[in-house]
Amino acid sequence: MLDILNEQLVNDHIAHPVCFDNDCREGICGMCGLYINGRPHGNDDGITTCQLHMRKFHDGDDIWIEPWRAKPFPVIRDLVVDRSAFDKIIQAGGYISTTTGGVPDANTIPIPKHKADMAMDAASCIGCGACVAACKNASAMLFVGAKVSHLALLPQGQIEAADRVHKMVCKMDELGFGSCTNTYACEAECPKLIKRQNISRLNRQWIGALFGRDRK
Amino acid sequence: MKLDSKIPAGPLAEKWTNYKASQKLVNPANKRKLDIIVVGTGLAGASAAASLGAMGFNVDIFCIQDSPRRAHSIAAQGGINAAKNYQNDGDSVERLFRDTIKGGDYRAREANVYRLAEVSGAIIDQCVAQGVPFARDYGGLLDNRSFGGAQVSRTFYAKGQTGQQLLLGAYGVLSREIARGTVKLHTRCEMMDLVVVEGRARGIIVRNLVTGDLERYAAHAVVLATGGYGNLYYLSTNAMNSNGSAAWVCHRKGAAFANPCYVQIHPTCIPVHGDYQSKLTLMSESLRNDGRIWVPKKKEDAEAIRAGKLKPTEIPEENRDYYLERRYPAFGNLVPRDVASRAAKERCDAGYGVGTGYAVYLDFADAIQRLGKDVVEQKYGNLFQMYQKITDENPYETPMMIYPAIHYTMGGLWVDYELQTTIPGLFAAGEANFSDHGANRLGASALMQGLADGYFVLPYTMQNYLADQIYVGKISSTTPEFDKAEVAVRERLNKLTTIGGDKTVDHFHKALGKIMWEYCGMARNTESLNKAKKLVSQLEDEFWKSVFIPGNANEMNPELEKAYRLEDYFELAQLVIDDAMHREESCGGHFRTEHQTEDGETLRDDEHFMYVAAWEYQGHGQPETMEKEPLVYEHIQVSHEVHITYLASGERPSQGPFRDLSFGRHLARLFFP
Ligand SMILES: Cc1cc2nc3c(=O)[nH]c(=O)nc-3n(C[C@H](O)[C@H](O)[C@H](O)COP(=O)(O)OP(=O)(O)OC[C@H]3O[C@@H](n4cnc5c(N)ncnc54)[C@H](O)[C@@H]3O)c2cc1C
Repeated sequence: MLDILNEQLVNDHIAHPVCFDNDCREGICGMCGLYINGRPHGNDDGITTCQLHMRKFHDGDDIWIEPWRAKPFPVIRDLVVDRSAFDKIIQAGGYISTTTGGVPDANTIPIPKHKADMAMDAASCIGCGACVAACKNASAMLFVGAKVSHLALLPQGQIEAADRVHKMVCKMDELGFGSCTNTYACEAECPKLIKRQNISRLNRQWIGALFGRDRK
Repeated sequence: MKLDSKIPAGPLAEKWTNYKASQKLVNPANKRKLDIIVVGTGLAGASAAASLGAMGFNVDIFCIQDSPRRAHSIAAQGGINAAKNYQNDGDSVERLFRDTIKGGDYRAREANVYRLAEVSGAIIDQCVAQGVPFARDYGGLLDNRSFGGAQVSRTFYAKGQTGQQLLLGAYGVLSREIARGTVKLHTRCEMMDLVVVEGRARGIIVRNLVTGDLERYAAHAVVLATGGYGNLYYLSTNAMNSNGSAAWVCHRKGAAFANPCYVQIHPTCIPVHGDYQSKLTLMSESLRNDGRIWVPKKKEDAEAIRAGKLKPTEIPEENRDYYLERRYPAFGNLVPRDVASRAAKERCDAGYGVGTGYAVYLDFADAIQRLGKDVVEQKYGNLFQMYQKITDENPYETPMMIYPAIHYTMGGLWVDYELQTTIPGLFAAGEANFSDHGANRLGASALMQGLADGYFVLPYTMQNYLADQIYVGKISSTTPEFDKAEVAVRERLNKLTTIGGDKTVDHFHKALGKIMWEYCGMARNTESLNKAKKLVSQLEDEFWKSVFIPGNANEMNPELEKAYRLEDYFELAQLVIDDAMHREESCGGHFRTEHQTEDGETLRDDEHFMYVAAWEYQGHGQPETMEKEPLVYEHIQVSHEVHITYLASGERPSQGPFRDLSFGRHLARLFFP
């Protein structure tokens, strides 16, 4: 739809086309993210903006499109926002410290299937930022919870678990994301249907890290 | 131009070991003094940058998107191959090597392919250590499936999101290096030119996509990991920002471009539903295991369907043309990808297409009756759901529509065994190089190759190049070469923004895609290629006269980005056509209708064409010159049996006629003149 609008704007020399982020157009890259008629990614569940079709609207409807509204995501131009805060949270510790080579054979680390599946579900986060945009406090708990859960559920991720959650949460606060007040708008709007349980796991990990001994 | 593939001496299985044992290394204290630029944060770029950074080099990494995690690799679904033999089904490095060479129709370099197979196992180890949540069996060990042409189950997968999980793994280690300060990240930055100083790659000019500013970066070596050029065809399964420009500007600066005509087409994509569509979505080919493909037998019915006056379910059995089953009774709906793709296009061109006219039905009614809805749902539920989300049609009730589309490009920058291009100091990795897949790529092998290049090949081979670079000191970005390159980019951008015509960039891109798809797509011949050449030139002339790009170069300007990428596609298109024209044989993804067997299959000409065609740029509008790198098969015996190729990312039945590579003899003659 925006492509067509832009084509018209260009054709008719009316105005500069509207800038908006997009890339894979199949809901996996996390690039697109618009507030459409008051909902992140529009009025459908489990999809991204690029997967929202015009047939979900009626002829003659007015459509309100806004960028993500959240202080940690400043607007760059039109509908484009700066989400580098998410990258910074990951850089703070959202990984397992490995360097290339010198790792054990993959099958020496067996993982119960249901654990691997749960980790996979948490890992499906596409980092689009809808959870933050949906939250009245602009909290990033679902995003951070998903990453913390993904890694904490795996044996490989245990070693640094306490340190990781501590660093990621501190970074999240530092970057100006708000607190979680358990309304779960994030869960309702997540295009990948990431569960709120990941937030509980994050909280447990966080408390464990506060009182635990493993932290550096 | 002199091509030296630098294949190490010795028996095939020992080449890589010997290479590593005798290559030059850079000592740890010196690594800090060496700068490396990596362009691209897909699997190839992210893995290379993370590895090089961890080794101690200073790395600068660039991408177009707002985060490295959004590179196009994220969209890969099916899986990644590795010769682990975890299933004890007879897999080995040797077998993966053979499958890859054969799959590429004997048009890939033995030594590179062997190395790829050799390091494949370590990729899986690496990814698991990073926390990639691969699928597991109930015992907690890694699960595998069989994929694209393999008789063994060697494909590792993470739901239908393997690319995403592998990329997030690489992005994780990359993020760690960024935090440690060894890698500097530059997002929303597009490489516009390569800077060559005294014959060596020494830096790049990038455009900051937010401000429009041009910036210079200098380094001792440059790695290009910018993906493939499938979007040349406009409609493809590639992401919107995938482009061929970074590779092309290097080509202009002297890097040879190899085998551009080898492009891969996937038969089961969700078709276009209108002129406004910008890309196509891939669906797993496994659907063909149970779905039956058909179009109406009568043209009137097809017309009525297109006009919305008739539903497919209303067409009685006797008025349906199950054309694959009719033509290829032995293999039916499971004919190889290229045959399925060509047959679909033939029916649609003849006027029997449904939907917009460019679609055929893939019908599950029989399967649902035979197996029950539950079984079908279990097998294909997620694909059906995806289809329904996109098309708003319920495939349990009405047949799906599919159409073939461009999916992957085997051609790319020519590289030697060290993945170095013909410009010293410029390396190319991932889909951007031409290396390991020959004329066709096997399913689940692109992810493997990208990660092999980045984690396990470049970190070695680049040291061999960099070892004597410690003497040159810091590279300056204020030299005349940088000035010149920057000025050239600025002029290029200004030229585009001042054309002042009245048509959009997309208008031309769509037209270019149509020409290439029609005349240089899944089947080509001298006549069609000549036509394509003429049409592309005309279109390019028109572009320069009547394109309109709003705004200017000093701001965020997506229309301008599209325009300069398209400008490069015009040249690239000509080269693809020339390459397709010169290769008077059919092999892999390149099908020349003049060269087919009686059964309508690809007919290779090993005597004359067993080489890599590496093209050298001669200036705009000038025909390029071609250098041949002969392919010598010392280890593997070249089979002259008609070869059937299975391509990327579609599952294939582990049982069935495809086991028998000679089945194609039974195929009826194809329909091309
Ligand atoms: C839908 C789909 C499904 C697939 N499924 C599979 C599968 O199951 N198994 C498999 O093996 N393969 C699969 N493939 C193929 C595979 O995904 C790709 O070949 C592979 O991911 C390419 O990785 P790459 O690192 O080379 O490049 P990409 O991932 O394409 O990354 C390119 C990078 O370069 C950057 N870039 C490009 N140009 C510039 C520039 N000028 N300046 C700065 N940065 C630039 C981009 O921003 C990006 O970061 C699939 C492909 C598609 C389209």
